[in-house]
Order: sequence, then C-alpha cells, then structure tokens
Amino acid sequence: MSETVKKFLYVNRKAPYGTIYALESLEVVLIGAAFDQDVSLAFLDDGVFQLTKGQDTKEIGVKNFSPTYRALGDYEVTKLYVEKESLAERGLSADDLQELVWEDEDDDYAEKPSIRIIDRTEMAKLMANQDVVLSF
Amino acid sequence: MSTLHTVNKSPFETSTLKSCLEHVSDGDTILLIEDGVYGAMAGSSMADLVTAKTKAVSIIALAPDMQARGIDEDRLIKGINTTDYAGFVDLAAKNDLSHAWL
Amino acid sequence: MAYDVNGTSVEHDEEGYITNLSEWTKELADIIAKAEEVEMTDEHWAVVNFLRDYYEEYQIAPAVRVLIKSIKKSLGPEVGNNKYMYELFPYGPAKQACKIAGLPKPTGCV
Repeated sequence: MSETVKKFLYVNRKAPYGTIYALESLEVVLIGAAFDQDVSLAFLDDGVFQLTKGQDTKEIGVKNFSPTYRALGDYEVTKLYVEKESLAERGLSADDLQELVWEDEDDDYAEKPSIRIIDRTEMAKLMANQDVVLSF
Repeated sequence: MSTLHTVNKSPFETSTLKSCLEHVSDGDTILLIEDGVYGAMAGSSMADLVTAKTKAVSIIALAPDMQARGIDEDRLIKGINTTDYAGFVDLAAKNDLSHAWL
Repeated sequence: MAYDVNGTSVEHDEEGYITNLSEWTKELADIIAKAEEVEMTDEHWAVVNFLRDYYEEYQIAPAVRVLIKSIKKSLGPEVGNNKYMYELFPYGPAKQACKIAGLPKPTGCV
C-alpha cells in the first residue's frame, strides 16, 4: 500500500426498504472496501432500522439484504457505530439489532463484535474526525 | 363519509404521519404501509401521539411490510391491528374515499 | 441468450451469468464450465459449492480477495491462494467460478 490511508465514514440515515439508499450505501461500502482505506459506518436516525433482526421480505417481493451486513467483516469493515439516541427514539435497544462480528486473523480468528453503540456527542466527534464523509 | 388514509413514510423521517393524525376525522381508518409501519411500534417517541388517536380512528399496519422490517406483532402499540393485502383492498372498498399521504 | 440443458433452455446475460438463480443445476454448471473451457475437478466443485453456500448465507457473491481468504480458511492454504485459484479458474476465480455456480457477478467487481 503506497498511498496514504484515509478515514472514510459512510453515514446511513434511511430505513432499508422504503427507499433504495440503504442498499446503495451497502454496495458502495462493499465495492469501496477494495481500496484498503480506514472505513467506519455510522447508523443514525432511521438508518438504525437497517440493522434490526428478523427481517423477512418474501411477502413484499424485495431482496432481503440484511444478511449481507454479516459479510462486512470478511471485507474488513469492522467498525459499525450505532447512535444510542436514535435507537431510543424508535423504541429500540441494542438487543433488537443483529449480532455482527468480524474474525481477527491476528488473534486465531477470534470473533469480535463490529457494532459499537455510541451517543450523539460521540457520533458528532466521529463525523468531525474523518477525511471523507459519504451520506446516504 | 369515511376515509381510508394510507401513510408510507417513516414518522421519524417526515412529518407525514403527524400531519395525518392531526387531520383525520373520527371513524376514519389509517393504514400504515411500507416505512409507515415504523409508526406502529410501541415505545418510540411517536407512540404517545399515535396511541392518543387509537380510540377515535382505526389504526392498522400492513403485515407484509412489518415482516419485511422484522417487526413482530407484539411490538405494536396496543389498539393497533394488522391486515394483509386482501384486507387492504377491503378497506379501500369499504371506505368512501382513499387518501394516500406521501 | 440461453444455455441448453437436455432440451431445457436457461436464460443468461451477455456475459454468460444466468438470469434466474433458481434455475441452476449441476448439469448446467458442467455446461457453463465447458463453454468457459474449464474442466471441473473436485477442487473446482469445492470452490463452486463454497460460493453457493456463501451466497445462500450472505446474499452476495464475494469479491475475489474475500473468496480467496475464505477458501484459505475453510479448505486450507494449498487451495486458498492466488496462484492455485487462478490455475483452477484462469479468467478470475470469482468471476468465472460465480458464473459456473449460477450466481451474479461478484459485488466489488467493476
């Protein structure tokens, strides 16, 4: 890797199936992962709905892409920040989210959690501390 | 005269549901569809506003859209019922008017 | 455009990826492999089966580096390395193996 590594933040603020933003963001993240940058994902506002458990779209005729979040660890995308206040405003807690992990090759493939719940102040700091922010 | 109101936007994203709740007449039906079903969940910052209307109007959530988003029936605000696509058609037929809030 | 599997036609796109993923069969895999000039061995099948399992679980076809890394972990470094995988699938292990496995073009393959 000869180029400088930049800090990329993908900001996810939309619910998964009503609009195409969530799926588009996920695809950009997977494609962008090839560039070996320092990637973080932020989930706030309705974006927190993207990570909820138990999604089943067979009755609405749309692809269920919620399992794909579980592949992010394979793509070395291991930092998913979820805003606590956004969960609370929607009657959700961390228990309502899928369990997402990544395998640490340097630690005998130990599974480590990818989701980190942070508050709004920490989210603001995270956003301020990036080289590139892409919002969906 | 009764009206079927459909709301397809998340109440946390737009003020559509709030405005709909403020403009319905007693005896109307509000059907929450697509991202609108998030408005049916108990414990949210919108729940009080929605609960307050469950007496005067019938509030219903579309089950296939709940299922897609991983919302179980036991997560709904008390007094909100669910229906399927056939029930949606019946509601449209039963009411004099349909108002699709966008 | 379609493959012919014992008289049944299976639609594919201009690059040879099948249109309806549920129409995949092992016979079809052999036919696609022949068109790609790949002779299917046990190692080829191991990769194809791995890809199908991965898609079933995550709803995506993995990018090539993710594929090789995962194969290395599940089938060992003798199979899971760049050189060997390109020997198996000369036109790209992800692209070519996904086509044979009846999956869409891998996400992250531009």
